[in-house]
Amino acid sequence: MIHSRDVNLWYGRKQVLFDVTLDILANCTTSLIGPSGCGKTSFLRCINRMNDIIHSCRVSGEIRVGGIEVYSPKTDVVMLRKKVGMVFQVPNPFPKSIYENVAYGPMIHGKNDRRKLDAVVERSLREAALWDEVKDDLQKSAMELSGGQKQRLCIARALSIEPEVLLMDEPCSALDPIATAKIEDLINKLKEKYTVVIVTHNIQQAARISDYTAYFYLGKIIEFGKTSEMFEKPKEKSTEMYLTGRFG
Amino acid sequence: MGQKKLSERAIEWGASAVAHASILIIALIFLFLFAEGYKIFAYDDPLHIFFGTDWQPTSQNPRYEMLALIVGSLVVTLGAMLIAIPLGVGCAIYLSEIAPPHLAEILKPIIEILAGIPSVVLGFFALVVLAPLISLAFGVPSGLTALNGALILAVMILPTIETISEDALRAVPKGFREASFAMGATHWETIRHVAVPAAMPGITVAILLGFGRAIGETMVVLMATGNASIMPTGLLDPVRAMTSTIASEMGEVAQGSAHYFALFMVGCILFAISFAVNLAASMIVKRGQNS
Ligand SMILES: Nc1ncnc2c1ncn2[C@@H]1O[C@H](COP(=O)(O)OP(=O)(O)OP(=O)(O)O)[C@@H](O)[C@H]1O
Ligand SMILES: [Mg+2]
Repeated sequence: MIHSRDVNLWYGRKQVLFDVTLDILANCTTSLIGPSGCGKTSFLRCINRMNDIIHSCRVSGEIRVGGIEVYSPKTDVVMLRKKVGMVFQVPNPFPKSIYENVAYGPMIHGKNDRRKLDAVVERSLREAALWDEVKDDLQKSAMELSGGQKQRLCIARALSIEPEVLLMDEPCSALDPIATAKIEDLINKLKEKYTVVIVTHNIQQAARISDYTAYFYLGKIIEFGKTSEMFEKPKEKSTEMYLTGRFG
Repeated sequence: MGQKKLSERAIEWGASAVAHASILIIALIFLFLFAEGYKIFAYDDPLHIFFGTDWQPTSQNPRYEMLALIVGSLVVTLGAMLIAIPLGVGCAIYLSEIAPPHLAEILKPIIEILAGIPSVVLGFFALVVLAPLISLAFGVPSGLTALNGALILAVMILPTIETISEDALRAVPKGFREASFAMGATHWETIRHVAVPAAMPGITVAILLGFGRAIGETMVVLMATGNASIMPTGLLDPVRAMTSTIASEMGEVAQGSAHYFALFMVGCILFAISFAVNLAASMIVKRGQNS
C-alpha cells in the first residue's frame, strides 16, 4: 500500500531521515517505534506531505501510496490527503460543534446535501466508536468533550472522507489508560477497512495492536518485520536494547 | 488552605482597592454628567430632546433637539466601519496567514505608524486634500461631508482593527490549521472555515473597539465633516457629530444655562454608547477566557 524508497529528509541543513526504505501492507497496522527524536513523526508526515507547510523541510527519495507518486510535481496534494488521513498527538478538534467537525471534510470536498452529510457523520462517528456517546447532542461544542472523546472525534473526522490510509502520531499519549484501551480496540477494528500507520512510544501498545513494526534509530530503519517475530527475537542488538527498555 | 502571608494579603487588598476605585471613578463621571445633563428636561420634554432634529441652542427661540447630532455621529462612524472592517480584517488575514514572514515584518510597522499619527494631522489632511477631491469626484459644492469624515476616521481606526484581529488570528492554535490541511483543505478553505471562525471573538472585539474609538473621536470629525447640525440624508451631506458639538460649543456656553445642560446630556449619550461598546467587548473577552 505504501512504498517508501531511499527517503532522506532535512530541516534546513540538518538531516533527520537517512535512506528510509519501507513497504507497508494494506489492511494491516504498522507501528513505528524508536527513541525520541529519531524521526518517526518526520517520516509519518512525509506520507501525506504535511511537511510541505514547514518551510525549512526538504525531502528526497520516492514514496508511493496506492497509485499516487507522493513527491511527483504532478501530484495533487488535495487528492493525496483525501486518501491519507491523519490523527495528531494532541487531540485537535475545531472549536465547532461535533457535527460540524465531522462534516468539515465532506463539506470542503463539495458534499453539501444535508441528508448525505447526516449519513456521513453517523457512519464516521460509529466507526470511531463515539456515536453512542454523542448521538443525542451532535450540536454540542467539541470543546466540551473529554480528552479521549476528542481524540475519537478527530478519528471520526479523519474517517469522514473515506481515506484508505490512516496515519496516527502517538494518538494516545495525551490519554488515560481507559481512553487508550478504547482507541486500541478501535484501531483493531479499523484495519479491516483501512491501512493504519501508528507512531507510538508504548512498546506494549505496539505489541497489542500492530501486525508489523518498524524500529527507527537516529533517522534510519534498523529493523522491520512482523511484530510477533521482532518482539520475540529481535535481529539487531539495538532493537533488543530498545524493546527491553535499556535505552530510549 | 494555609495562612496567606501578610505581604500577599496586602497586595490583594491593594489590587482590589484599585479595581474598585476605577469602577467608582467611572460611576462618578457618569453621575456628574447626568446630574448636569438631566436639567435640560426642565426646558423641553425627553421625547423632543432625543427624537427632534432641531439643534438651535443660540437662536432667539432656542431648540435643544439632538437626533441630528446622534445620527451625524452614527453615519460617520458606521461609514468608517464599513470601510475599515473589510480593510482591517483583510490586512490582518493577509499578514497573519498569507504574507511571507519578512514582508509581514515590513508592513506591520507601517500600520503601527499609522496609529501614531495625531488625529489633528489626519483632520487637516481631510480638510485640505480629501475634501476637494470629494467635491470634484461627486460634484458637490463642498467636500466637507459625512463621507469625508468616514474616510478619514476609517484610516484612523484601521490600525486598531488590524492589530487586534491579527493578534487573534495568530493566537489560533497551529493544530487547527494542521488538522484542516490534513483533511485536504486548501490554504484558502483553511483560512475561511477554520482560522477566521476560531479568531471570531477576537475580531469582534477589534471591531467593537474600533467603533468605540470612532464614535469618541472629536478632532477629525470636527475638521472633516462641515459641522452643519442638520439631519443628513446621505453620505454627501455635511453633518455634525456629538463630539464636535461639545468641543466647539462648550467653550462659549454660559454655565448653568439650558445650552450648558444640553451639552451635558449629549455627553451622557456618548458616554452610554461607548460604555456599552466597551462592556460588550470585555464580555466577549471574558467568555473566550472561560471556554
Ligand atoms: N520543524 C522542525 N524544524 C527543525 N527540526 C525539526 C523539526 N521537527 C523535527 N525536527 C528535528 O528532527 C528530528 C526528528 O524529529 P521527529 O519529530 O521526527 O522525531 P520523533 O521520532 O517523532 O520524536 P518523538 O518521539 O519525540 O516525537 C529531531 O531532532 C527534531 O529536533
Ligand atoms: Mg514524534
